[in-house]
Amino acid sequence: MIEIDDITKSYNGTVVVDHVTLTIEPRSICVVVGTSGSGKTTLMRMINKLVEPSSGHIRIDGEDIAGIPAYELRRRIGYAIQGHGLFPHRTVGQNVATVPKLLGWDKKKIADRVDELLSLFQLDPAEFRDRLPHELSGGQQQRVGVARALAASPNILLMDEPYGALDPVIRAKAQEDLLSIQRKMGTTVVLVTHDMEEAIHLGDTIAVMDKGKLLQCAKPAEIIANPATPFVAELIGTSERPFRLLSLARVADHIEAGEGAGEPIEASASLRDAYAELLWSGRPALPVRRDGQVVGQVTLEALSRLAARPQ
Amino acid sequence: MTIGNVIRLAALIVLLALLVRPELFSGFFTLFTKNNQPAIYNQGNLLDITLNHLAIVLAATVASMIIAVGLAIIVTRPFGAEFLPLSRSLANIGQTFPPVAVLALAVPMLGFGTAPTLVALFLYGLLPIFENTLTGLTNLPPAVTDAAKGVGMTGWQRLVKVELPLALPVILAGVRLSVVISLATATIGSTVAARTLGEVIIAGLLSSNTAFVLQGGLIVGVLAVLIYDALSALERWLMARTGQLGRAAA
Repeated sequence: MIEIDDITKSYNGTVVVDHVTLTIEPRSICVVVGTSGSGKTTLMRMINKLVEPSSGHIRIDGEDIAGIPAYELRRRIGYAIQGHGLFPHRTVGQNVATVPKLLGWDKKKIADRVDELLSLFQLDPAEFRDRLPHELSGGQQQRVGVARALAASPNILLMDEPYGALDPVIRAKAQEDLLSIQRKMGTTVVLVTHDMEEAIHLGDTIAVMDKGKLLQCAKPAEIIANPATPFVAELIGTSERPFRLLSLARVADHIEAGEGAGEPIEASASLRDAYAELLWSGRPALPVRRDGQVVGQVTLEALSRLAARPQ
Repeated sequence: MTIGNVIRLAALIVLLALLVRPELFSGFFTLFTKNNQPAIYNQGNLLDITLNHLAIVLAATVASMIIAVGLAIIVTRPFGAEFLPLSRSLANIGQTFPPVAVLALAVPMLGFGTAPTLVALFLYGLLPIFENTLTGLTNLPPAVTDAAKGVGMTGWQRLVKVELPLALPVILAGVRLSVVISLATATIGSTVAARTLGEVIIAGLLSSNTAFVLQGGLIVGVLAVLIYDALSALERWLMARTGQLGRAAA
C-alpha cells in the first residue's frame, strides 16, 4: 500500500504539487491523469525519491520513505518511463539484469531471471539477449524497458507515460500485456498519463490532477458518472461518457436468456464492442459465445439502459 | 578497402621505410640540397628521434587526460559545481599561453631538456579534453540518466557504468585534438634541447638544408594525419557500438 499524506512540492515559490493526499491499494493499478503541467509526474517521482517533497509524507506499507536511502528505495520500486531510457551501450540482457545485479544476485539466478522476463514479454531470449537496444523496434524497446523495471520482482511499479511513443496498435497490445502481467504478479502499479481512454482502460482507480491539486480519486465508473468538477467532466469528454461507461463492463456479466441471430460475440468482449457490433449490423440482439458454445444473448435495449447515467 | 585506407596504408609504409632505411630516400632528398650537403639527417637516428617525439607527446597527453577528465568529473558532480567557472578559466589560461612562453618560463625552473616541453604540452592539452569531457558528461540523453537514477544506481555507479561509457566518444574527440596539437607543438621543444623531430627541422634551418627541414616536417605531418584518422575511426566504432551514431560528436 502506498499512502501519500498531504504532499506538497514547490520550486522557488511555484507550487507544483499542492497538498495531495492519496492512498493506493496494494495489487491495484492507480492511473494519475492530468494535462501537462498538472504535477502528475512530479507526484509520481516523489514516490521513488527522484523528487524530494517540500512537505508531507509518503509511506510504503506503513514505512515512511524519508528514512530509506534513495538508491535502496529505488531498487525496490520498478521504474519505466516514456522513451524507455534503456542504456544504449548495454545489451538487452544487461539492461534487464540492471537491478538484480545492483542487488548482488548470483550470475545463474540473474541469467535465469532475464530469460524468464524476456519470454514473458514475448521476446525470444536467444534472439534478443545479446542485441543492443538501438537494434530493436520501438515496441520491443518499450517491452524491454518494462522488463527491466520488473526484473527484481518489485511490489511497486511506477510508469511515466510508458506508451506515449508507441503507435495505437502496439500501444493496445502493450496495455493488454501490462494488465495480464499485473494480474499474474500482483504488482501495485502507479501509471501517469494524459490519456483518459488509457486511464479508464487500465485503472482500478483514477486520480485526476490539475494545477497541482488532486481533483478526484475514484473508480472509473464513479468518475464517469459523477465527475467532481467541470474539468474532470471535460477530461472525460461529455459525448464519450456512455461509451466509456460501456467499455468498463464485459459482455459476460450481462448475458440474458435467448438466442439472437447471426454471428456471435465473445463473452470476454467489452459491452462497448458489443454495442458497436449491434449498431453496425443493425441487429436488436447478439448471441454470446463462451468456449465455442452460445450461452445467451445481449440486447441493444439492455445496453442502452446500461449506457445511461447511473442513478 | 576504401581509397582513403589505401592511401593511409601507403603513407604508413613510406613513413616506416623512411624511419628504418632513410638511405633509400637519399636520391629524392638530394633534389633539395645544394653544394653537396648531406641529403639525410646525419646527427642522429631518425627512428630514435621519432620514437622519443611520440613518447613525449604520449606522456604529456596521458597526464592532461588524467587531470582534465578528473576535473571535468568533479565539476559536473553536485559538490563540485561551484568550481566549474574556476576550472574553465584555468584550462583557458593553459590554452591562451603561447607554448614558446611556457618553455621560456619553465627553463629557469626545470632546466634544459625534456621537462619544460612536457610541461608546455601538458598545459596545452588540458583544454580540449576538459571541454569535451564537460560536453560529453552534460549532454547525455535525459531519459537514460533518469533511468540510471530510477533503477537505484548510486552516484558513483551512474558515473562509471553509464555516464563515462556514453561520454567516451566525445572525450576521445578531445584527446584527438590534444594529441594533434601536441605532435606539432613538440617540435618547438627542440629549442630547449628536448629530443624531438624539431631538431631535424632546426638543423636544416641553421645550415640552409631544405632536405632536413622537409624530412622533419614530413614525418611530423604524416604522423599527425595518421594518428588523427586512427582516433577518428576508434570514435566512430565506439559510437556505433553504443548506438549513438545519431548523436553529433562535439
